[in-house]
Amino acid sequence: MKQLKAEYLFLFLLISCQGPYSALGPAGSAARTISSMFWWLCGAGLAIWLLFVALELYAILVKPGPHDLKKTRLFVIGGGVIFPVIIITISIYFSLAPLPDLVKMAPKGSVVVKVSGLQWWWRVKYPLANDQEIEVANEIWLPVNEPVQFLLSSEDVIHSFWVPSLAGKIDMIPGQTNHLSFTPTKTGHYLGSCAEFCGTSHALMRLDVKVVERKVFDEWLKKQERSVKRTGSPGEVAFVSNGCISCHSVRGISSLGKIGPDLTHVGSRRRIGAGILNNDANQIHRWIDDVDLIKPEAKMPSFKRLPIEERKALAKWLEGLK
Amino acid sequence: MKEEDIDEVREGQERRLLKAWKVPEGWRYWSEVNNSEVGMWYTLTSLGFFFFAGVLALLIRVQLAVPDNDFLTADQYNQIFTMHGTVMMFLFAIPIFEAISILLLPQMLGARDLPFPRLSAYGYWCFLLGGIFVCGSLFFGAAPKGGWFMYPPLTSSYQPGVGADIWLLGLTFIEIASIAAAVELIVGILKCRPPGMRINLMPIYAWYILVVAIMILFAFPPLIAGDILLEMERAFDWPFFDERRGGNPLLWQHLFWIFGHPEVYIIFLPSIALLATIIPTFSRVHLVGHSWVVLSAVGTGFLSFGLWVHHMFTTGLPGVSLGIFSAASQAVAIPTGVQLFCFLATLLTGHFIKSVPMLFALGGMATFVIGGLTGVMVAIAPFDFQAHDTFFVVGHLHYVLIGGSVFPILAGIYYYAPIVSGKKLSERLGRLCFWLVIIGFNVTFFPMHASGLLGMPRRVYTYPAEMGIGGLNLISTIGAFILGAGFLVLLWDILRPKSKQPYSERNPWGAGTMEWAMKIPDRMWGVRSIPLIKTRYPLWDQPNFIHDIDHGNFYLPDAQEEMRETLITSTLDAHPIQCMRVPGPTFVTHLAALFSGGFFIFATYHWWIPTIISGVLAVVFIVYWLWTGTAWIPEKDEKNVGMGVSLPIYKSGPLAAGWWAMFITMLADMTAFISLIFGYFFYWTVQENFPPQVAGPEFFWPVTGAGLLLFSWILTKLSWQWNRKNKTKRFYACLLVASLMSLAGGIAFLAGPWVHKMDPTVHVYQAIVWVLVIWTALHAVLGSLMQLYCLARRMAGRMTARYDADITNVSLYACFMAVTGVITALVISGFPAIGR
Repeated sequence: MKQLKAEYLFLFLLISCQGPYSALGPAGSAARTISSMFWWLCGAGLAIWLLFVALELYAILVKPGPHDLKKTRLFVIGGGVIFPVIIITISIYFSLAPLPDLVKMAPKGSVVVKVSGLQWWWRVKYPLANDQEIEVANEIWLPVNEPVQFLLSSEDVIHSFWVPSLAGKIDMIPGQTNHLSFTPTKTGHYLGSCAEFCGTSHALMRLDVKVVERKVFDEWLKKQERSVKRTGSPGEVAFVSNGCISCHSVRGISSLGKIGPDLTHVGSRRRIGAGILNNDANQIHRWIDDVDLIKPEAKMPSFKRLPIEERKALAKWLEGLK
Repeated sequence: MKEEDIDEVREGQERRLLKAWKVPEGWRYWSEVNNSEVGMWYTLTSLGFFFFAGVLALLIRVQLAVPDNDFLTADQYNQIFTMHGTVMMFLFAIPIFEAISILLLPQMLGARDLPFPRLSAYGYWCFLLGGIFVCGSLFFGAAPKGGWFMYPPLTSSYQPGVGADIWLLGLTFIEIASIAAAVELIVGILKCRPPGMRINLMPIYAWYILVVAIMILFAFPPLIAGDILLEMERAFDWPFFDERRGGNPLLWQHLFWIFGHPEVYIIFLPSIALLATIIPTFSRVHLVGHSWVVLSAVGTGFLSFGLWVHHMFTTGLPGVSLGIFSAASQAVAIPTGVQLFCFLATLLTGHFIKSVPMLFALGGMATFVIGGLTGVMVAIAPFDFQAHDTFFVVGHLHYVLIGGSVFPILAGIYYYAPIVSGKKLSERLGRLCFWLVIIGFNVTFFPMHASGLLGMPRRVYTYPAEMGIGGLNLISTIGAFILGAGFLVLLWDILRPKSKQPYSERNPWGAGTMEWAMKIPDRMWGVRSIPLIKTRYPLWDQPNFIHDIDHGNFYLPDAQEEMRETLITSTLDAHPIQCMRVPGPTFVTHLAALFSGGFFIFATYHWWIPTIISGVLAVVFIVYWLWTGTAWIPEKDEKNVGMGVSLPIYKSGPLAAGWWAMFITMLADMTAFISLIFGYFFYWTVQENFPPQVAGPEFFWPVTGAGLLLFSWILTKLSWQWNRKNKTKRFYACLLVASLMSLAGGIAFLAGPWVHKMDPTVHVYQAIVWVLVIWTALHAVLGSLMQLYCLARRMAGRMTARYDADITNVSLYACFMAVTGVITALVISGFPAIGR
């Protein structure tokens, strides 16, 4: 048993902590605090466990004979009371010290991102200076080294917003706005997912986060502000005539659809379907054909009944909405 | 007397005892209600559910073995993980402790049976029926799929199928059975101890079970209250959790975790109790720090009710709450540490003897400590922000529950096998089982800590390859099958034919506690004579103990009337106060259980007419059961119970077991009621205009209702006195008026919201008022029925001036009924007046 445990530990350390979803490869202020806390706890926990097992083995193997009752009483008081009290006091002090920082709001003027959870995707809004809001979906861009304030809510069931490399999670609860604030510290591409069970396709509710330089961020936001120009292309026609606009908005074409994700710049996103399919015409085509197979019980119906040319045109047009 | 004469007397005693406690044969076997049979069925059934849920776990692991797997669909997976958690928690972890306790407690206390054997039997048949109903839904693809925590609004508005209803009603049914068992165990421990076993001499196991059973009384009712609210929302659209109509989904989370956190300790403490019993046996010394261990168990029980918020750290509560609950949660490590160190100290002071049970005990402790340490980690709010709802927590909770609970249960199975079947389990298979289980367990669950921190959320039916956790998950899956193999070895060891294996010797482990005094194979009388206890380890410390028991030198060595009897003693000092007759085999409990089950099962499908018929039949059979099986008037006042002591056969009031059962049941009932009141005030704290400006229920009707219930109680109390004084006419008159007043009180409460046309589907305020008045009205109707029952008992001559347990217990009920009425009126009428 002990040998196996040692192997695990070895394996555990070998695994790269740097995955795109990893809480132990921090790229944000909050995640960094928690990750370093974890390594301390892990070390202390390991030491205490080894101590306990050593005592167990001592009692049954090394010196199984009867010990003095008085001394063992001291042992109980020392090991069972005084030692844990000291350890827990230290732990409470050091673990709660960073708490205020983790739950505080970002300073005024910081980037604000409103995210709401839906079965099973993320509606993202960036408030602009002119009281307007830019709506995107399933992808969030953030400027590096600037505090960001998230306002999180839900439009149906309870979800949880979690991008492990940047910060801990917080639930998105209908009728309530939760706050999350941190500072991304490293540019890069991070992934998140919904952490509260939210129904059939809970596993397929993922999120892309890009942390970029301020300049790049501004350009991106500018681009997202732009509307689409009408061209009368077959894909655009199919989008309007088949009723896609009743759920999806493409600013410039129609901004009425609010049930599904805003698709104004869908072509510029890394993934479609809330982080589950690569974004190219083939995959978009697949999605249009078989939503119910790819994402069970998603609200969007499958559109296999449309003529193949229309579906192809739609996919091509959507891919082109960069 | 000559030697032969004495032997003859003994033989006669044994013959009569055996006749009284004879197990029915043939198909009537199933009508037995004795604790050894019911306890064994109970244990085997919950083990059956354990294996069922274990198979579900393997299906989960197969699905997660590789990324993007399609072995199960999302919908199947969600049903399976929901059922895995639900079955393990509600059909294994809690029932197994109640089962083991029903099986063993009477032996440990030297009692012939628990005080209410038919109640245990009723609880068992409810459990079996409810369990099959809940599990069966999986085979029709209709199982609950909202997770074992069932958070609304997902479960209230977004899962239209019958699954969530099966969960809510099926489990409420089982929870009621669990509470019944808890009442039985508490009264058993407090009133059925052998003479001399003062509360400080009580076996450590009984202490833990007492603490845990009391925890059940206060932990389960909040969940039942939550179940009622959620089912009302699902069935009748009352918006308790719908934020658009004033509801709040977090109320469910509070109610669920006020239950859910103590639940962890309800599962864990009885297993620690097994360790505390087994370790001294194999160290050949008394448990070191007995009172420290008891205090820690009590302390853990108390603390566990103040920690529930640590399951809600990520719901956006204010930082201050996070800090307080975080600190309190970490503090639980202290009483746990005390218990573990007392066990280590016991090992150190004694002579350690190697055995299979100790292998499981020590392996379990080492495993549990890992779970305890990760527990401190997740109790730290900042770390929990990352770990919450990830596989890290899956790893943590399985270390706690398997290390802290399943390992000790396995130790217990190997330890107590000779008591149950007369034969030891195999030492060789036991070792094999241990190594497979401990290796398989660690291979399965240790990597989960890593996969969680690498970003794997809980309850996902699949994960993408890009997460880089495929390898870890594959290791977990392999481990799960090793673990499964370990449990198969255990199953084989239990089921393998043992007819050629000789019976184990008496007290095979050389233990010092009472339960090992029994003969192997056992006799149905439980204990030949009920001993006088002077120490905690009588088999070690009381000379000639077994000899005296066997020779009938202690209490109740005979059953002159060939009726089942056991001793009732005083709560603290265990002075003998009554020789209680307990009822024997019957099928009425089966029918009562069947129709109670029918009530809940038909309600699941909203088949209201069969629901009502079933409910009425359940009441009919329960009344028949009470009528024929309780408060028997004895043929004489007192009887000689041996050792020169003569005891009354009939008792009523606070010295009797029945009074305690009523009192304890009503505590649980009040807790459920207070949980509903908590709901009312929760809405007030989270909403700016609560109560809103709507008409009703105003003052008149609720105050009238409360007044009527109050008077009904006073009249019941009066009629109790008239009965004692044998003033029959006054008794009848008083009780009849009381019964009518209860009924009128209930109606008055309903009239409050009714005449003001409060529509419960409009806003949560109307809904919660309605729920409170319905709750009160139901209690009033029940009270009215009970009062009529006493009336009928007296008319039928089944209750007299001297033998008055029925009216004594009903007047206690009436007191709780009146309190319920007064509180309801104060809240629904009084609070809007000051709260607006």
